[in-house]
Amino acid sequence: MPGGELLSEMGEIIKEFLIESNEGLDRFDRDLMALEQEPRSRELLDSVFRAIHTIKGTGGVLGYKKLVALSHVGESVLSRMRDGTLALTPEIATTLLAMADALRSMLQQISGDGGEGDADHSAVQERLAELLIPQTQRPQLQRDPQTTIAAEVPRLGEILVASEVCAPEDVHVAMNQQREGDPRRLGEILVAAGVAEPSAISEGLKTQSEHHEVASNTLRVDVSLLDKLMNLVGELVLARNQVLQFTGTEKDSGFLGTAQRLNLITTELQEGVMKTRMQPIGNVWNKLPRIVRDLSVGCGKQVAVEMEGAETELDKTILEAIKDPLTHMIRNAVDHGIELPAVRTAAGKPPEGRLLLRAFHEGGQVNIEVSDDGAGIATEKLKARAIAKGIVVAEQAARMSERELLHLAFAPGLSTIEQVSNISGRGVGMDVVKTNIEKIGGTVDLQSVPGKGTLLRIKIPLTLAIIPALVVTSGGERFAIPQVSLIELVRCDGATRAIEDIHGACVYRLRGSLLPLVYLNRELRLPEPASSEAVNIVVLQAADRQFGLVVDEINDTEEIVVKPLSKQLKPVSCFAGATIMGDGAVALILDVLGLAQMTRVVSESDGRSSANRADAAVAAAVGRESWLLFRVGQQGRMAVPLSLVSRLEEFAADDVERAAGHEVIQYRGRVMPLIRLGAVLGYEGTDAGSKLPVVVYSSHGRNVGLVVDEILDIADESVAVEQDRHTGLLRGAAVLQQRVTDLLDVPALLAAQRLNEEQGARA
Amino acid sequence: MKQRRQLCTFYLERLMFGVEVEKVQEVIRYQAMTRIPLAPGVIAGLINLRGQIVTAVDLRRQMGMSPRPAGELPMNVVVRREDGPVSMLVDEIGEVVEVDEQSFEPAPDTLDSRRREFIGGVYKLKDKLLLLLDTEKAVATVEPEAA
Repeated sequence: MPGGELLSEMGEIIKEFLIESNEGLDRFDRDLMALEQEPRSRELLDSVFRAIHTIKGTGGVLGYKKLVALSHVGESVLSRMRDGTLALTPEIATTLLAMADALRSMLQQISGDGGEGDADHSAVQERLAELLIPQTQRPQLQRDPQTTIAAEVPRLGEILVASEVCAPEDVHVAMNQQREGDPRRLGEILVAAGVAEPSAISEGLKTQSEHHEVASNTLRVDVSLLDKLMNLVGELVLARNQVLQFTGTEKDSGFLGTAQRLNLITTELQEGVMKTRMQPIGNVWNKLPRIVRDLSVGCGKQVAVEMEGAETELDKTILEAIKDPLTHMIRNAVDHGIELPAVRTAAGKPPEGRLLLRAFHEGGQVNIEVSDDGAGIATEKLKARAIAKGIVVAEQAARMSERELLHLAFAPGLSTIEQVSNISGRGVGMDVVKTNIEKIGGTVDLQSVPGKGTLLRIKIPLTLAIIPALVVTSGGERFAIPQVSLIELVRCDGATRAIEDIHGACVYRLRGSLLPLVYLNRELRLPEPASSEAVNIVVLQAADRQFGLVVDEINDTEEIVVKPLSKQLKPVSCFAGATIMGDGAVALILDVLGLAQMTRVVSESDGRSSANRADAAVAAAVGRESWLLFRVGQQGRMAVPLSLVSRLEEFAADDVERAAGHEVIQYRGRVMPLIRLGAVLGYEGTDAGSKLPVVVYSSHGRNVGLVVDEILDIADESVAVEQDRHTGLLRGAAVLQQRVTDLLDVPALLAAQRLNEEQGARA
Repeated sequence: MKQRRQLCTFYLERLMFGVEVEKVQEVIRYQAMTRIPLAPGVIAGLINLRGQIVTAVDLRRQMGMSPRPAGELPMNVVVRREDGPVSMLVDEIGEVVEVDEQSFEPAPDTLDSRRREFIGGVYKLKDKLLLLLDTEKAVATVEPEAA
């Protein structure tokens, strides 16, 4: 149907118009701000003018009246500036930027329902018109759109004059001849008149066409087409890998040569196709100066934005994914980081704050840094806030290192600024940034020096489709582990001694700290290896925690193409996808975070599911503390924080009495319940001696006696508590005096024994 | 006014099943399979279908039949679905059969209820019965019952 065709053709034109106009407006913003810095630049002014002019022209053709009316006034203002009758002031710049926003919202509306919408932009229009008022006479603005658009490409006459081939008068004469109906082209007339050599004309034409080429050597391609190409290249990489497998067994030199060539070409093709999806990070950054400008004007600050490495390229999908987090980081830096000019001056800093954006490649990853020279993060404030919001308890916070305190900034529901501004500090913040970055396999780090500034560093992979991975074998199956999560590989011989068992939870001592171990075979219910002389441990990072994954065999690293799993397999959280190996077999890709959550190395709420990251940071290192060490049964080595212990006593076994089914003892004129830890924890070999060593624990004004087998020592050490090894009555395990020691969770024990005061009161 | 329908047939425990030809992407012989630990039991594993990773569902297990005797390799009936193809593991492949809608009857009530939900109805052929398989249900993993 011709009607339908026409309609869809119109749709195409409008789509093109929208893309072009949005790009034009982005350029407009950028160049207008550059123009503020460089008011004399004719080039920038022309670019700004052209952007609006083009929108007006095309908008007029398509019949968008409001759009044309608004851009017309804007164009008038710019035209004055071009004439030199109006100078760019911050006020004018702000108004012009407001106009760009209004135009954007109209474009948005057009892309939605095709109409310009009812939004009233007359205020902007009036403000623009006011800028024109001081001038008594309005200049003639109705230009022929084509001449201005064509101005992008210099005209032949101008080129000839500029290269001194002929005088301006000669060109004028020739052009007049043309206007009077001479059908010949300008060059022909000039040659015929003898003012220019044919070679000079062709030279001029070449110069002109070079200008044309700059405008036309790029091509718009639909991203979905690139995605498809990317997938196909992925397939090709796999096919190539399969072919290469045969090179080991085949002797035919022709085949070997061809395989080699295929290998090289595939690699090159892969790189090439990946490049088509790469875009400079500048594309995202370009929008940021505008945001910074609006923000800093809004809160009366002065901020200069500097960029380094804007040409650093990233995969388009990743670029899209970091856009919002980056914007948020910028907002934070301007709103919270950089101080008001007066404060800065008082601190001996220049009144204008500096915001530096840096991007660079490092080790197959892209680093993006946002740093400011502002006030830095007040960790004390952060701490107080985190305690007030119940994110950490005071006790934990007191033991946190400076770095851990800083990372509290990533905890959800925390904002350090006292007054919530309309810009940031609305409760969603850095935690969202962190979650979003981690979703694409990146990491976020925060550094801050009070009074000097803050640095946020994001590390993200270059691309998501093809990733380097470590291939391991367990229970006869191969698994791929994404390299990003990998920290190191440990192989220990004579494993029995190096690996210790705490109530079924295995740990390995890695350079003095305890590494929880996860046995892949057990977790996945795969057959155990026949004999385990040596143990292969893959040390992995999940959220903020490290753990060791024990596998049967460590094979090799390989570039793998990630393929999603079908919907039926969604509930299996420990796999991130599947891939096809060089031999054509399918291998599963382990989801390290999912695996860690499944095995409770990190808590459910940790990581992806966005909740409490701070607690991980807290648990990672409970600072220096005094511990009371004691023995329960033959083997049990345990500890409680000394601060919880009120006294150590020794009672005669005969003095123990019973009350309401509980063992009690008379202690300081009161009845004190006794808990025999050996019996409660199920340790064997508890002494039945005549003397009972008792740790007296004071809770809510009441004493409770914990009967142990031997009081060992008091250790004053800073320990790393593996809090996620929390099993019932144990808080976890730690290395104390070079030995693995269980940490008893006394409140949990009392609760279990119904000796908890609060519970008693409720009952 | 006879309505004809083409069914791709296959066998499970000697019973003849059929799937609409349009739903079948292809039928292939046994493929090496990668098991998926912790996955629901009816999922036999993943196969590499010319570079595409396809989940294979064991129809015997799905319908509560006895496990396939050791040494007998299943065949793959790959069916198209909205979210990508899925392979159904069957014992043997039959012919494409043209059936008459008039020979159709709903599945008898006496059929084991566990199997009945997968069977959309029965076509009475001359010498045997052809069970129409509901592919959507056949490849679905059991939803966790409302706990």
